[in-house]
Amino acid sequence: MDIHEYQAKDILSKFGVDIAPGALAYSPEQATYRARELGGEKWVVKAQVHAGGRGKAGGVKLCSNEREIQEACENMFGRTLVTHQTGPQGKGIYRVYVEAAVPIAREIYLGLVLDRSTQRVMIVASGEGGMEIEDISMEKPESIVRSTVEPAVGLQDFQAREIAFALGIDDSMVPQMVRTLKGCYRAFRDLDATMVEVNPLVITHDNRIIALDAKMTFDDNALFRHPQISELRDKSQEDPRESRAADRGLSYVGLEGNIGCIVNGAGLAMATMDTIKLAGGEPANFLDIGGGATPERVAKAFRLVLSDDNVQAILVNIFAGINRCDWVAEGVVAALKEVQVDVPVIVRLAGTNVEAGQRILAQSGLPIIRANTLMEAAERAVGAWKNDLKLGVNVRAV
Amino acid sequence: MSIFIDSDTPVIVQGITGKMARFHTKDMIEYGTNVVGGVVPGKSGETVEGVPVFNTVKDAVKETGAEASLVFVPPPFAADSIMEAADAGIKYCVCITDGIPAQDMIRVKRYMRRYAKDKRMVLTGPNCAGTISPGKALLGIMPGHIYLEGNVGIVGRSGTLGYEAAAQLKELGLGVSTSVGIGGDPINGSSFKDILERFEKDDQTEVIAMIGEIGGPQEAEAAEYIRDHVTKPVVAYVAGLTAPKGRTMGHAGAIISAFGESASEKVEILSAVGVTVAENPAVIGSTIASVMR
Repeated sequence: MDIHEYQAKDILSKFGVDIAPGALAYSPEQATYRARELGGEKWVVKAQVHAGGRGKAGGVKLCSNEREIQEACENMFGRTLVTHQTGPQGKGIYRVYVEAAVPIAREIYLGLVLDRSTQRVMIVASGEGGMEIEDISMEKPESIVRSTVEPAVGLQDFQAREIAFALGIDDSMVPQMVRTLKGCYRAFRDLDATMVEVNPLVITHDNRIIALDAKMTFDDNALFRHPQISELRDKSQEDPRESRAADRGLSYVGLEGNIGCIVNGAGLAMATMDTIKLAGGEPANFLDIGGGATPERVAKAFRLVLSDDNVQAILVNIFAGINRCDWVAEGVVAALKEVQVDVPVIVRLAGTNVEAGQRILAQSGLPIIRANTLMEAAERAVGAWKNDLKLGVNVRAV
Repeated sequence: MSIFIDSDTPVIVQGITGKMARFHTKDMIEYGTNVVGGVVPGKSGETVEGVPVFNTVKDAVKETGAEASLVFVPPPFAADSIMEAADAGIKYCVCITDGIPAQDMIRVKRYMRRYAKDKRMVLTGPNCAGTISPGKALLGIMPGHIYLEGNVGIVGRSGTLGYEAAAQLKELGLGVSTSVGIGGDPINGSSFKDILERFEKDDQTEVIAMIGEIGGPQEAEAAEYIRDHVTKPVVAYVAGLTAPKGRTMGHAGAIISAFGESASEKVEILSAVGVTVAENPAVIGSTIASVMR
């Protein structure tokens, strides 16, 4: 789960990381009021969306007076911000963060991640702050400092000092840097984060170390023990179909194509999408309905996939292992009778009692296109979709 | 010989009184697995499917001589159960549980290092379908009847995609020595490399099939190992060619977050070390058949 910058800063500051004074606003008027409260002469207005790359996309504005703040806010509120991380649909701006501008002497990149290779928390830092870590690793890989944390004892002072010295931090500020690094690590560990990114971490002209931006991602599997983090969830930043699916216990990811997929198992679901692509189509979604494909789940899945207006054909691929194909087939038939499906449906069943399953589909009287292998299913789905387009009979392709 | 389990291996089920665990305990016993007991704190004295329940793994090991364990414990308590198994002297543990916090798994991995490598429990999973040595024993939730006994060693992240491969092999009359699920989580007990090492040493295994997916460095690490140490033919399939970057595809670990983690990059890395890559999931079986003698 992702949270906003202002929330991440609030958390990190509780762990001893310094931040600039700032406040949240839900309207342009509130933003100017917040600036007045903060005082000073320059402020930064920052759109609060769950994505990086806001600066380049116009989501961060430096302002010198109330009129500029008002203007900046009017250009943000209600708009969607499209950055290289949001995808073309962008993310809506409903909150802005007004922060006192900071005199920057130096920018540093700081990230904490779960390193899957060492299976530990890894600290990644670079003197090339402000750049994306992907770009740093391409252009200035030698500037990157890495350190892994021994989970039994946590981040040690010497490790934090090593990072500080490697970054060329002035001796007088090393203790401050150690405090910052340890604060970030403790926030990561105590709150079950999977990523903490402070980019940039800045050194000011008056020798302070401040988290100028902050991003935190939390482990969904650990939210049960952090109710205060769960409360920070902002559904306005999520794809509505994905959140609806998640609330129903289905795992769904919306994509750009037009062949919807209903599959049991994450690996098989990805493999099904790949096969559609190989057959000349584009998958509209990833959807894993879980091991046991019960009729209720299948019906829910149909409704969910059809809620995407781009879907012009649906491929159902179920491997019945513990359950049986005849039972899954009954579920598919029941779901198709219950849900109004106005696109071609291709069903491929495999596993236990496959013949009985096929018989049920054939005898249902429903216009189900059957397939035996995964490749055949994908080819038939793409074929049915293209054929409908050619004939102009697909009600959704307008 | 198969790897990890055979028909004699005494097995316990942790969390045996749960609904899913009861169902699969019955299934495993019917398959011929030597299930000797279960563990649920506070339920000592009960029996499930005719086997005794113990309060602790230590008690179960002492009374039954259990060597392998299957963990069906809910996510908040699963890490604790794995460590309990490691401490009680269990040699091989499969964890089925999906949804264990990643930092719990970091702690589990650290804890297991308390024991010297030759005495350390081997863990596969979590978030996997389990391990099966067809015709001998089943330690997991897979449908036993889709596997023929044979000479192909399968290691994969995904459950149903692994079934797909086994079913395709059966269709071609080919069987499996052992199939091991390493699970879809970012921090897992054993990697592809760990299992490849076993298959390379296993007499029964002639060909190794590796079923990977997007996310993480383990396919690339396996490629390096194959290049330097594996003499048996390896076939691979990597799912997720169409998966977008930065999105979690069902499995917590199936996310492209760094270079080398996409399906096409993994395919390239594996091909470069001589692995035969199945172009699509429909030809996993036939690709394996094509490299068999």
